[in-house]
Order: sequence, then C-alpha cells, then structure tokens
Amino acid sequence: MGFLDIANVTKAYGNTEVLHRVDISVQEGEFLVLVGPSGCGKSTLLNMIAGLEEITSGEISINGRVVNGVHPSRRNIAMVFQSYALYPNMTVGQNITFGLEMHGVPKPERDKAMADVASLLQIDHLLDRKPGQLSGGQRQRVAMGRALVRNPDVFLFDEPLSNLDAKLRVDMRTEIKKLHQKLKTTVVYVTHDQIEALTLSTRIAVMYNGYVQQLGTPQEIYDTPANVFVATFMGSPAMNIVPAKVVINGDDAYAEIEDSNGAKQQLKFNTNYLQEWNGKEILLGIRPEAITDSEGADRNAANVQHLTNTVGVTEPAGSDTFVTMTLSGKDVIARMRADVSIAPEQRFDFAINMDKAVAFDPKSEERIQP
Amino acid sequence: MSVASQDTAVRTGGFVRATIYLVLIMFALFYLVPFYVMLSNSLKPLAEVTGGNMMAIPQTWTIDAWLAAWSTAQIGVEPTGLKPYFLNSILMVVPAVAISTILGALNGYVLTKWRFRFDNIVFGLLLFSCFIPFQIILIPMARMLGIMGLAGSTPGLVLVHVVYGLGFTTLYFRNYYAAFPTELVRAAQIDGAGFFRIFWRIMLPVSGPIAVVSIIWQFTNIWNDFLFGASFADVDSMPMTVALNNLVNSSTGVKEYNVHFAGAILAALPTLLVYIVAGRYFVRGLMAGSVKG
Repeated sequence: MGFLDIANVTKAYGNTEVLHRVDISVQEGEFLVLVGPSGCGKSTLLNMIAGLEEITSGEISINGRVVNGVHPSRRNIAMVFQSYALYPNMTVGQNITFGLEMHGVPKPERDKAMADVASLLQIDHLLDRKPGQLSGGQRQRVAMGRALVRNPDVFLFDEPLSNLDAKLRVDMRTEIKKLHQKLKTTVVYVTHDQIEALTLSTRIAVMYNGYVQQLGTPQEIYDTPANVFVATFMGSPAMNIVPAKVVINGDDAYAEIEDSNGAKQQLKFNTNYLQEWNGKEILLGIRPEAITDSEGADRNAANVQHLTNTVGVTEPAGSDTFVTMTLSGKDVIARMRADVSIAPEQRFDFAINMDKAVAFDPKSEERIQP
Repeated sequence: MSVASQDTAVRTGGFVRATIYLVLIMFALFYLVPFYVMLSNSLKPLAEVTGGNMMAIPQTWTIDAWLAAWSTAQIGVEPTGLKPYFLNSILMVVPAVAISTILGALNGYVLTKWRFRFDNIVFGLLLFSCFIPFQIILIPMARMLGIMGLAGSTPGLVLVHVVYGLGFTTLYFRNYYAAFPTELVRAAQIDGAGFFRIFWRIMLPVSGPIAVVSIIWQFTNIWNDFLFGASFADVDSMPMTVALNNLVNSSTGVKEYNVHFAGAILAALPTLLVYIVAGRYFVRGLMAGSVKG
C-alpha cells in the first residue's frame, strides 16, 4: 500500500482500450516518471490521477483515500502543464493565489503563502506582471509556484520542460530536482525525454502502447531493460541490438556474431545462464559505452571481450567520439573517449564489456532472465 | 525576365501612386455624396429644399428640421416626433444585444470546453438558424408571441431578436474559444473553480475582441431591423425604423424633406457611433482565431 496507488486502472474510449491494467504503487516522497513515445498513454494516466479524465475501471487512491469520481480540486493535487496554462488576464501574484482564493483561504494567508513561494522560486520581482510579459523560463517558474502554493499531496507534471530551449531545459531540470530534494513531496512526472526520466526520477515507468513495459529505478531500467523496446527507448544513443547465436562450450556460453567481413567471432558471457538456448538465435544488447578501445575499457569490468572489426564512420562529439560499425548485418554504435585514435576503414580492436550485455528472446523480445 | 518584373514591382513611381490616391478619393467622395445631401438638406428650411439645388450648401442655416423630426413631426396619427420611438429602439436593442451576446458566449464556452455527445450537431442546428429567411417565421412567431402574451411589446421584440441572433453570436464565440487553450480550463478546475467561475474569471476577461464583434453585429442588425418591428410591435413599442417609415409616408400636407433627412440621420446615428467607437476592434476580432496565438 503506497501513498499514491494506481490499481488495475484501465482507460477506454468506446471499445478502444488505450490503457491496459496499470498497476503502480508510489511511496511518499518518490519521484515517479512516466516516460514513453507519444500516444503511449502516459498523459492519459496523469490526467486520470488529476481527475481530468474518468477512470474506466480500477482504482486510484491518494494518501489512503480512493479518489475515483472525486473532483480534481478536492484531490489535493497540483499540476504543472506543458503550456504552463497561466491565466493571461491575471498578474503573476493572482495566478499563484487563484487556487487558494477558490478554496476560500483568507487574503492575509494567501499573501503570506504567495510571498513564501515567490521567494523560494525567486520570482518576487515578477508578481505584478502579466504572464505575457514573462520569458519562457519565468513562466515555467510561475507555473510551478502556482502548484507549490497549494502544498499538495502529489505534484503532477505534464511535460513541463518541452517548451523551453535546450539550455534552459537542462537548468530547469536541475531546479526541479533541487526543489524535490528540498520539499520531498511525491511527484508524478510525464515526459517523452528519456534523459529527463533518468536524471529526475527515483523510479521510472516506461510505457508503450498503453502498457507499462517496465517499472523500476533508473539503474534497473538502464542496465536490465525488460524488453527490446525499453532497451532501445532509454539511453542515447540507443542500445545496440545484434542478432547472435548462442554457443555453449564446456561451462561457458558464447554469443557468436558476424563481423563486417562475414567472419564469425565469439563473445563470452559472464555466466552461463543460456544453457537451454544452445545453438539458438538470441538478440544481444550492448550499450554504446560498453564498446570501447582496449585502453578505454572499464577497469572494474569483470569480463572484457575483444573483437576485431572494420570501423565505419567516426563522429567526434567533443566529450566522446561515436564510432559506427556493422555486426551481424546491423549498425552498431560505440561510444569512446574523445582522444581515441581511430580512423574509418581501419581494422580495430574493440573491447566489449560483457558485464553490461543483455540477451533478448528474438520472438517475444523479452529479456532472458539470468 | 524575373529581373524586369522585380523592377516594376519595386518602382511604384509618383504617377502610379497619384492614380491610386485619385481613384480612392473619388470612391470616397462617391460614397459620401448621399450623406452630404442628407446633411445639407436637413439644415435648410423646406422652401430652400424644394425650390433650390439639392447639392447646394444651405443659404439659411437652421436646425428646425432636426427639432421637428425629434419632437414634433407627425408619426402616423400622433405629432410626437421620433423621440419616443428612439427610446423604444434603445429599450429593445440594449437587452437584446446583451442577452444574445452573453448567451452566445456561454454557448461557445460549452461547445468548446465542456464538450458532450452530439455537440457538433447542436452547433450545426444553431448555425442553421442563421440561414432561415425572416419571412418564413413571421406567422409562427406571431402565434408564439401571442401564446406567451408578449405580442406587440418590447420584450416580445427582444425575444425575437435574441432567438435570431443566437446563431451568429454562438458562431463567433465558439470559433474564438476553440483557439483558447483547454489546459487553462483544466488548470482552473484543479484550482477549484467551477463552471461559472471559470467562465467569469478566465474566459470572459479575454473575450473582449470577439464580444465587440458580437455587439456591433447584433446592434447593427437589431437597430436596423424593420420587418420584425413592423410585424410584431404595436404603437407603444414601435422601433425607430418603423417610425421613420411612418414619418416619411405620412400622406397629409406637404412632404417635409428636410425633416425626413434629419429623421433618417437620427435613425442611423447610433450604429454610426458604435462603428466609430468600436470599429477598429471589429476587424481585429474577426481576424482573431484565424492565426493561432
């Protein structure tokens, strides 16, 4: 039993079910991020928590109280919208206190709450301005102020950073994280940006096609993705997925892949959990940063395998150099040190950190559990 | 070739410009002539109107015709001038414009932000009312007003104009609110505002431009309406337009053209005023919603 419980919740429009049996239990003070591509149902789920959309079946409870059918204003939640949704005819101060006014809070208390929030977000000097006179970042702060002032049980964020330019987005991301560390309020945050999901959350629910594909900490999601979708959606560049054949040799299991010349090369798995896959095809998943030159390999890695292959394209990106090559007919990206000496068309000795490798069932695309 | 055409496009020389202005000024004069004729003749004594040149400037300036048209001219059988009917028109126009605009705003708000099943069909039916010719409904409406006990009264006229205006006002506000972000309504819901509070505090304050459009449109139409006024009003509730007609058509004595001109200007004055005061919002409001803000 958590602080915010989403139990068996579905959503259907007519006969079309867009959310299938979602079960998420959020503890008090958690920062849950719902992430997925557009149309995956994440915003619908958030709107159902907010009470802006009806729940077709199942139950949502906040702080021990079932809120199905409870009006949004009585759920003790606050929401920050993608467009900020500031009331254009009111000043910043009025925007922030509108909710309190609607709840019948007397003026002196409202003013005090407003002053507290304004100083917390450093928007004191903006209180008399209209939203139209503010920059994007300032509007974002005001929108957060409007949410904060209610002192809600749960904060709901609906892609709050997607209207900001790239630099401001990173700044505000840090700001939101700081704010959460300070206030320790429960947050549900919707985004399509996997970096935001990984950096902000204490737990992530990766959604696709109306299903929660995986629910876990950022580390779990990143290192042990539940299926190919999660593996490729989270992380940038995406995890490399390469068809491979399992070869069991004595006590060890190997992934047999083809290099760009068509020659077969074998990579040893850390442990032999693939016994029953002997001779069968799997999908081998390797993160770009797990493929390096020998010197750049993680020194703490227990099992670094070497593979010689022809270098395709190199893309220096300042902090890293991205190297592409072909393995088993698939493009594979490696992320290497910036100062690695590597040239296109060269035969190169790649070091692959098999600690981080995962295997997927090619039919179901689910990860094969060790 | 493209270079040549660019040259002519850039070089709008003095001659072209002068021609454009000349044509524009001629058109402006052409449209102003009738108003000039009305104004100058309304300021002449009757003898000068009937005996002299219609286009001439008054030789003897007098406002007698205006005073007569306002307070003493023969309207039908009563020598009351247009004053009581002007008042009738005001008493009809103000509530009719206010009610139809407010209801139109509410309709637009519901049709865009509180959508329900078949809302587009309801909207379509409302729109359909814009295209029903006035003549068709005269007899059924007379019967309805009779049943409701509103026949021959100002409230009856107000009702008719509100019903006829709703289609247009709903159309205006619906299209305006369609471009209004729904997230604002949701934010207000979470903040705890109800249906009317959201309308009053969030929607109405930003509805200025479209309200002006609706008011001008409704005011002009209702003030200028003759058919409903002639059909449904009796002597005590007769609007200005009908009274003006009676003034001009009074068959006793000589035709007092100067009084008729003065009366006609009096009848047109309020709509003119509304355009002058609010006209610039009209174009702005009509354009609103066409570009996403």
